[in-house]
Amino acid sequence: MRYLILFLGLLVFASPVSAVDPSEMLSNSLMETRAREISKGLRCVVCQNQSIDDSDAALARDLRVLVRERLVAGDSDNEVVEYVVSRYGDFVLLKPPFKGATLVLWGGPVLFVLIAFFAGLGFYRRQRRGAPSKPAAVALSNTERARLNDLLDKDGS
Amino acid sequence: MNRRVFFLIPLVVFLILTGYFAVGLTKDPKRLPSMLEGKPVPDFDLKPIKGRDNKGFASTDLKGSVALVNIFGSWCVACRAEHPFLMDLKESGAVTIHGIDWREEDPDAGAAWLKKHGDPYALVGDDPKSRAAIAFGVTGAPETFLVDAKGVIRHKIVGPLDKKIWENTVKPMIERLRKVGAS
Repeated sequence: MRYLILFLGLLVFASPVSAVDPSEMLSNSLMETRAREISKGLRCVVCQNQSIDDSDAALARDLRVLVRERLVAGDSDNEVVEYVVSRYGDFVLLKPPFKGATLVLWGGPVLFVLIAFFAGLGFYRRQRRGAPSKPAAVALSNTERARLNDLLDKDGS
Repeated sequence: MNRRVFFLIPLVVFLILTGYFAVGLTKDPKRLPSMLEGKPVPDFDLKPIKGRDNKGFASTDLKGSVALVNIFGSWCVACRAEHPFLMDLKESGAVTIHGIDWREEDPDAGAAWLKKHGDPYALVGDDPKSRAAIAFGVTGAPETFLVDAKGVIRHKIVGPLDKKIWENTVKPMIERLRKVGAS
């Protein structure tokens, strides 16, 4: 029990780790924060589903250093991102931009919600108009009831 | 409208999705579109690698004739597999090949590797911090870029260059580029 409490207590101090090495970090903490924010939005092209902030790959490390050097040289956040995009394409952005080529990507979910909404609305209206979609339940006839009882009896034995 | 048609909608959607998957799943997700084909080579100026006699390799060296730029490293297994073909290519004299030695941890390793396996390159630049590699949009080694006489990137080959890719794609492109350049 004591260990459990200790374990849970330690979890309080747990925080997500990133792959950023202390030697890479900038001494200017404001700039370091900007670098971290940019890195979180850039995909590691080696491991693809990690950001360069999370990735241990050598190329991701070099990209992190490059991001920092460009910031120090006076680039704005956008200029840094644009440089990397000009080399690797929109693919490196973990959040793809809204433009012609990505219209289906961004518009697709909205389109499907609209389709579902109108389909539902149409269905609801038809129901209200009183068009019976199913025949009403009919009571069993005597022969049917006898057959059912017969079957249930057989099953029970 | 005939209501029966609605029953076909899921089937149609299914067939469309199947079509997309049939094409999409055969593609290699590691192959990214190149941003640089049709654009001038990025500016770079690399120092020579330690232990090899040359002057380094810069973007200005690519003006004047068609050339291949090959990204390699002594740590790269696929480059080792590609290497004999690059040696053959050099022997044939078909095209000048320049090398970018990418991310050597040991500064002597690149030259030692070239000494051991042969050196197909005219110029070799050292790129320990991926500067040139990132500028070229490289995601892994080996990658090879076909650069025309004006210094414009015409084609990018991801992975080892081999005889098949050379004969089918690169060689015809070089011949076409030279014809255009000569006229």
